Amino acid sequence: MWFGLTEWTGAISSARFPSPTEAWNSFKIIALQGYGNGKLYQHVLQSVILVTSGFLVSSSLGILLGILMGANKKIEAFVNPIFLTLRPIPPLAWIPLAIVWLGLGNSAKIMVIFVAAFVPSVINTYTGVRSIEVPQREAAAMLGISRYAYYREVLIPGALPLIFTGLRLSLQASWTTLVAAELVGATLGLGSILNQAAQDINPAMILVGMISVALSGWLMTQILAKAERYAIPWRA
Amino acid sequence: MADQERLNQGEFILWTGLGITSFVGFWYIFVLLGVVPKQFLPPPHEVVVRFVHLLQEPFSGYTLLAHIASSFQRFLYGFLLAVVIGVPLGLLMALSKYANQLFTPFFESIRFVAPIAWVPFAALWFGTGIGGPILVIFMGAFPPVLINTYRGAIHVDRKYLEAARMLGAGKLRLMTEVLFPASIPSIVAGLRISAGLGWQSLVGAELIVASSGVGYMMVKGQASIQTDIVMSGMIAIGLIGLLIDVLLRQAEKLAVHYKEV
Repeated sequence: MWFGLTEWTGAISSARFPSPTEAWNSFKIIALQGYGNGKLYQHVLQSVILVTSGFLVSSSLGILLGILMGANKKIEAFVNPIFLTLRPIPPLAWIPLAIVWLGLGNSAKIMVIFVAAFVPSVINTYTGVRSIEVPQREAAAMLGISRYAYYREVLIPGALPLIFTGLRLSLQASWTTLVAAELVGATLGLGSILNQAAQDINPAMILVGMISVALSGWLMTQILAKAERYAIPWRA
Repeated sequence: MADQERLNQGEFILWTGLGITSFVGFWYIFVLLGVVPKQFLPPPHEVVVRFVHLLQEPFSGYTLLAHIASSFQRFLYGFLLAVVIGVPLGLLMALSKYANQLFTPFFESIRFVAPIAWVPFAALWFGTGIGGPILVIFMGAFPPVLINTYRGAIHVDRKYLEAARMLGAGKLRLMTEVLFPASIPSIVAGLRISAGLGWQSLVGAELIVASSGVGYMMVKGQASIQTDIVMSGMIAIGLIGLLIDVLLRQAEKLAVHYKEV
């Protein structure tokens, strides 16, 4: 259908949407010669590395805070008001602030990824910890379990399914936010391909950029799903 | 596990109060010590003052209220478009295998594209006025509507469908009179997710392609390094997002009741 509309009949002009051949040519250009300050693999690497590092740091801190909030009411009461104020602000809305504070380089991107990944991992970890049922907790307490063993054997395994739900949401949010941040301003990265292609009015390159964004995002989700199956075998 | 016990009211107020005070306190300390220049981190009260000012004085063309109105209008169009297309399509896909097989691969391949990645095409096809942002919002809001409608409709007891069919209901009446009412709770739950995503995508779209709106105002504030304007924008976006969520949560409650009746 795509071929039919663009290449053979010309029903959609290639100034609006590229034909498969054009897209393939653009793909070859960006993969072999480079476009917008780098070749395709450099753009992909830049974005993926930023997201993974920001995501890992942020979600580990988020999980930690979530566990503390779930296990200790005082910490929960302390953090909650701050959290509830910041939570409705979508991560994308942090982009201008990050640029004002940190400029157009990597650190601003890491900041927005951090914000994006933090909230879902805290909320879901917290919910996960709270979802552990009272009898389970009491049984553990009755057996005279040590605090360390309680965390290790009861709390974390009990919360793990929801922690992973949080991680999935975090990863998605960080990926979207990074692409947006790169669209606003960056020299390298998948979002910058889109931005450059939009300025050059190059629909074929826009399409290549979009496909790369989708594929890389999909691939990272798959890796996370693998990790989930490995971490919670009793769930699979 | 003593720390799992409930806090009494006094303790709760104490710790909550401590939390808020230390948040605002640290903010002030940072400003007063001059760790960061005031231009980059204005003290909280200045942000509030700026926010109130922006409500009356125009910045980059409009007052804050006008920016909010234009953002909200775009959001509404994009969101309604997603509902108007997503709900019937979801019902159709649940009812007819052919429709399902026709649309699923198309939908699956589009779903993985982050809504924000549509921004360049949105600008190219529909410009930066109202059309471009609407496409981006639509792309954010559409998948949850479709998925939830489909899931809701597929779980409708087949008995009802067969009974209706036996009584001579056509496909259209099956959709409007059996599947749709039965899947309302699931649809409304989807609406809440999709409104959240749509509102987020709107902000993203406005940061990049728009000539008015809260996102645009923030970009302008960013360009002239007026942190208080950027922060006012964040507050406005947060408040509207919260409002939309509260409204739809009410709708969700109604919808659950509706199912019980």
